[in-house]
Amino acid sequence: MSVGWKRRRRAALMAALACVAPAACNRENRNMNAPVPETAPKGVQVSDLHPGPSAAWPSDPRGREYEGNATHIANGQRYYKWFNCSGCHFNGGGGIGPALMDDKWRYGGRIEQIYATIAQGRPNGMPSFADKIPEQQIWEIAAYVRSLSGNADKLAAPSRADEMSSIPPISNIDKAPPKGDPDVSKAGGG
Amino acid sequence: MTRLPARLALAAAPGLVLCSCRGVQTMLDPAGDQARDIDVVWRAMLIVCGGMYLLVLGFLAWALWRARRPAPVGAPAIGHTPAERTLERSLSAWVALIVAGLVTLVTISFLVDRSLAEVGPQPLRVKVTAHQWWWQVDYDGSPQSQIVSTANELHLPLNRPAVVELQAHDVIHSFWAPNLAGKVDLIPGRTNYVAITPRRLGGFRGQCAEFCGLEHAKMAFDVTVESPEAFEAWRRSQLAEAQVPTNAQQVHGQQLFQTKACVMCHRIQGAEAGGSTGPDLTHLMSRRHIAAGALRNSRGDLAAWIADPQGVKPGTTMPRVPLTSDELNDVVAYLEMLK
Repeated sequence: MSVGWKRRRRAALMAALACVAPAACNRENRNMNAPVPETAPKGVQVSDLHPGPSAAWPSDPRGREYEGNATHIANGQRYYKWFNCSGCHFNGGGGIGPALMDDKWRYGGRIEQIYATIAQGRPNGMPSFADKIPEQQIWEIAAYVRSLSGNADKLAAPSRADEMSSIPPISNIDKAPPKGDPDVSKAGGG
Repeated sequence: MTRLPARLALAAAPGLVLCSCRGVQTMLDPAGDQARDIDVVWRAMLIVCGGMYLLVLGFLAWALWRARRPAPVGAPAIGHTPAERTLERSLSAWVALIVAGLVTLVTISFLVDRSLAEVGPQPLRVKVTAHQWWWQVDYDGSPQSQIVSTANELHLPLNRPAVVELQAHDVIHSFWAPNLAGKVDLIPGRTNYVAITPRRLGGFRGQCAEFCGLEHAKMAFDVTVESPEAFEAWRRSQLAEAQVPTNAQQVHGQQLFQTKACVMCHRIQGAEAGGSTGPDLTHLMSRRHIAAGALRNSRGDLAAWIADPQGVKPGTTMPRVPLTSDELNDVVAYLEMLK
């Protein structure tokens, strides 16, 4: 009786493991030939100030998809260098442009908001990349930027940089949930 | 009835084997000093190892045939009997044969290795950088405005030694144009060199010979060996700026190229396009193939490639840029002008 129970329990455990194992494969899912081109997120707000009663942030389900996929984040890392994001933001520490690895976000740190910032450009130097970078690549860059402050999926974030880098592996960065930028709000700017 | 295809295949097999001895991508048809030297090693190894193999098989067959004879009666012979002496002599000869074979191979491979490391006088210097999945080719020039940049294509003047400086941008690749030289790896953070002295005019094909990711198979390059005059003419034409669009369609195509995603990665000298992560397109139409040998360079294939790069080369870093069919047509009209 007890032997049969043990055997059954072991079989159940193996079955459970077999069910869990394929989940790990989704980390690097690549959809290289999507039938429809990617599009921008809709209705992005950069601030929580709006008329009327408080409403939930509009959230795009694709955001989670990009943030949780190692291929997209790794591609984003490559484009970040190629398209010279590092020219101003350096490896995330900031320099000419603001730092991307802290919790301060002038125009919001949600992935849709970062998408909008890259696509539309922002005052004081951030150029607009809409039409210059295809939509899917902007999503990927936004996912990588989120990973710089530990906000992308830890399991999907790359554990090594493509080149020599002054920051720790992105998968080791502590999560810094996005906040507004207190310095900017004090100065009354944005 | 069913045996006919098998018979046909059997009849065609020697033909296929012979076919592989001639061609634009085979080490059995050397067209340069280095490939010829490697061919010498290859033939020496074939003769020595093949000869030894046949001898071993021959002796084995002989031993089997001998074993069928009845054993001699009487006490086994001990000491310096005639049979023992014969055996001793033949074993010594066998050892001598092995030593001679190995010494031949070592000597030949040493001499060839030395000759491969040698570069003739006044070599042409070319830098090849491997990317996933294409080849960037830069011809050394001084001053800097004399540097020729192209992609997936190597032009070499006949009889002039060339030194190809090999670097990798992302992962390990391997540079192999079998008709001209042996394969040499391109390793990130390291510079390797390969010398090529072409001795025959013609077009050859090279291929990445180290698995480098999804599109490793579609990472080829063309080599053109031409007369020194033709090479110089080619070099001059590559140094020129891109042609200026003349008709409205080409002008619109150029505008699209300069305002859409193309410009983020590609360079066209003479236009406002200075990206450096993708192939230089200044003289795109002078190349035989596009997408590192994946497609022929024709209007149709060019349009197919731009419309859906991931369909041609899944995983390539060239993205699909949303263009209407008219826009695509105009961009292709512009690119087609970049002779």
